Amino acid sequence: MQPDLSAKNLNVTSLISVGQHPKSGRARRAEQDARAVELGLNLSGDQLEMLHVGAGDEAVMRSYLGMGLPKMTLLKQDDSADAVPVLCDYLASHAPDILLTGVRAESGEASGMLPFLLAEKLGWPLVSRIAEIGDVNDGVAEVLQALPRGQRRAIKVRLPFVASVDNAAAEPRQSAFGPGQRAGINDMPVAGDVDAVRSGWEESPARKKPKRLKVVKAKTAADRFKAATAKASGGGGKVLKKESPAEQAQAVLDLLIEEGVVR
Amino acid sequence: MSDLIRRDPRTEWIARNRLHPLHAEALFSTSGHPVGDVRGPSGLLRKNPHGVGFIGPNGIKRIDRLAIQLGESGPQGGQRRGAKAAAEVQLPLVTVESPDFYVVAVLDMVGGRLTGHDKDVLGQGHKLVAATEGKGAVVAVVFGDSKEDGFDKAGADRLIQFHGEQYDGYSPEQRVTALEAVERELEPEYWLFPDSIAGGQELGCRLAARLGERPATQAWQVDAFTSLCRGGSQRIDISRETPRMLLLGEECADQIDETRHEAAVIELAGVPATLARIEDCGSVDVDPGQVPLGEAEFILSAGNGIHDWDQFHQAAEILRATEGASRVAVDDGFMPRHRQVGATGTWVTARVYVAVGISGAIQHMQGIGQCDKVVAINSDAGCDMVKRADLSVIGDSQQILAELIRLVESRQQGGAEDAA
Repeated sequence: MQPDLSAKNLNVTSLISVGQHPKSGRARRAEQDARAVELGLNLSGDQLEMLHVGAGDEAVMRSYLGMGLPKMTLLKQDDSADAVPVLCDYLASHAPDILLTGVRAESGEASGMLPFLLAEKLGWPLVSRIAEIGDVNDGVAEVLQALPRGQRRAIKVRLPFVASVDNAAAEPRQSAFGPGQRAGINDMPVAGDVDAVRSGWEESPARKKPKRLKVVKAKTAADRFKAATAKASGGGGKVLKKESPAEQAQAVLDLLIEEGVVR
Repeated sequence: MSDLIRRDPRTEWIARNRLHPLHAEALFSTSGHPVGDVRGPSGLLRKNPHGVGFIGPNGIKRIDRLAIQLGESGPQGGQRRGAKAAAEVQLPLVTVESPDFYVVAVLDMVGGRLTGHDKDVLGQGHKLVAATEGKGAVVAVVFGDSKEDGFDKAGADRLIQFHGEQYDGYSPEQRVTALEAVERELEPEYWLFPDSIAGGQELGCRLAARLGERPATQAWQVDAFTSLCRGGSQRIDISRETPRMLLLGEECADQIDETRHEAAVIELAGVPATLARIEDCGSVDVDPGQVPLGEAEFILSAGNGIHDWDQFHQAAEILRATEGASRVAVDDGFMPRHRQVGATGTWVTARVYVAVGISGAIQHMQGIGQCDKVVAINSDAGCDMVKRADLSVIGDSQQILAELIRLVESRQQGGAEDAA
């Protein structure tokens, strides 16, 4: 059960971006950003501030708004301009308690650097790949971080902080079309510098990565022949046939303990 | 003595005649060694096919190319085999004394061991060293205690290890401070990180933000001038100038496998302590049933050989294993479809996979191809799963599971008493 935190007057800001469908390339809600909005909605209800920097694809912005927010802020600038300085200025003046972002953008460079750059410039701590935000007490938040293999780690971090939201966070709610159309978008034109480094790059459709071949470094023809014809099966496994079920179970348990999966 | 090759036609004649009583000695004196090679008429070294092999039990000549019997055929054969084995073990050692520059690779070390991705990154380091002027050394940076002893074979010329409890668990701020100390001391030519969810990406981005560098991320083809990087949603490739800091994708370069390196430890002058604003409260117990099958670490899988399903679910719960199933168990309605393992279900990556009553259809074996340790509990000793398994127990699965449940229960109670 999610604790009701909306009464605590938390100032939460979620950054949103224009996502891209991995196959069709169509613009859509970005998966991780939508999860960040969902997390923010659970934390502070419709007090959540949703923020986007860029040209702002109208349909995509409306699909975020359709999650149940009356308004959002759009810092309008060209898509080729650098978002970080603009965001830093805005966030320094508005000072949210929690800033939620995705881990990686779904289009463009997708370096995943934005939360790190913001945290560094603002001087806030950063927790990456979170799955959930629990209790917030006395300016300290309990955060659940997603680790590989479905594991979780509990972390305590002082407010204000930046957090990037992993795919392991709760699924975003469905977007409602009507409320999304009726919600307001606060346009604020800003003048960001053009990202000069990026304009020198060449972009092309992704090539298929070559598969690494298994190179057999055999000295003799006989060795090569053996490597080519050997069965893939490992062989040499231990087989317990005659032992009693108790001994067999003990052998299995010993292996599980040795591998560290049974504690 | 003159360097002219003097031929002795008589000895050569004897050496050609296998039936001559002095054949063996003549072979030896013409070629210098007993088996094989003789000087041909032009002075070239010739292989003598009559010199190799031995006469088999039926009187037919046999050539033992796999060197299976060499050890038994005499001291000379034993020596040859020994020399070959030693050559395989001792790779040539590459040393770099007083390097002109450093390439620093910060490694993930999942579970204290080098991952395949780590080795790829070290291989990329050597590729960059080879492409840059001057002598360079690849430095491996490792946090926490490692169980690894293969740094030399993975290609680490130098090794920096950060020990101490301040580096345990989730400690990115302290780690970045340590990397800053490395930056001050070594001024590396390149910084390499694995772009992985095991921590490499986070650490690389943090350091890049701290140093004000713009890293190449998800780079998968890197040379000294240009890097090819994957963009968002894996849909574009970005070709750019190679920056100083690189976050490398998997299989970015070939691993080092033909040389050994020093792995000499570098001691740093000292790393300042940072005020930790993030506190690690340890890992949280996760319900193994909630973990997606594809990324579960420990799977207990059931097949046609299971008759007592309540017992199986109890075993999975008590072992804290994620449940899997073969196609038969799913088709018969005992397990839900999303639990199916194999080519038609989920391809699993578990470290330990316990197959109870699964004989191992080829589609199932494909699905468990990436598992490290496989345990088979089966009544048929000849099935494919037993051939694949590292440990197989042959018997009634119901009895063995019952014993296993009893053992784990008694172990947990014993552990509780010990703790109390």
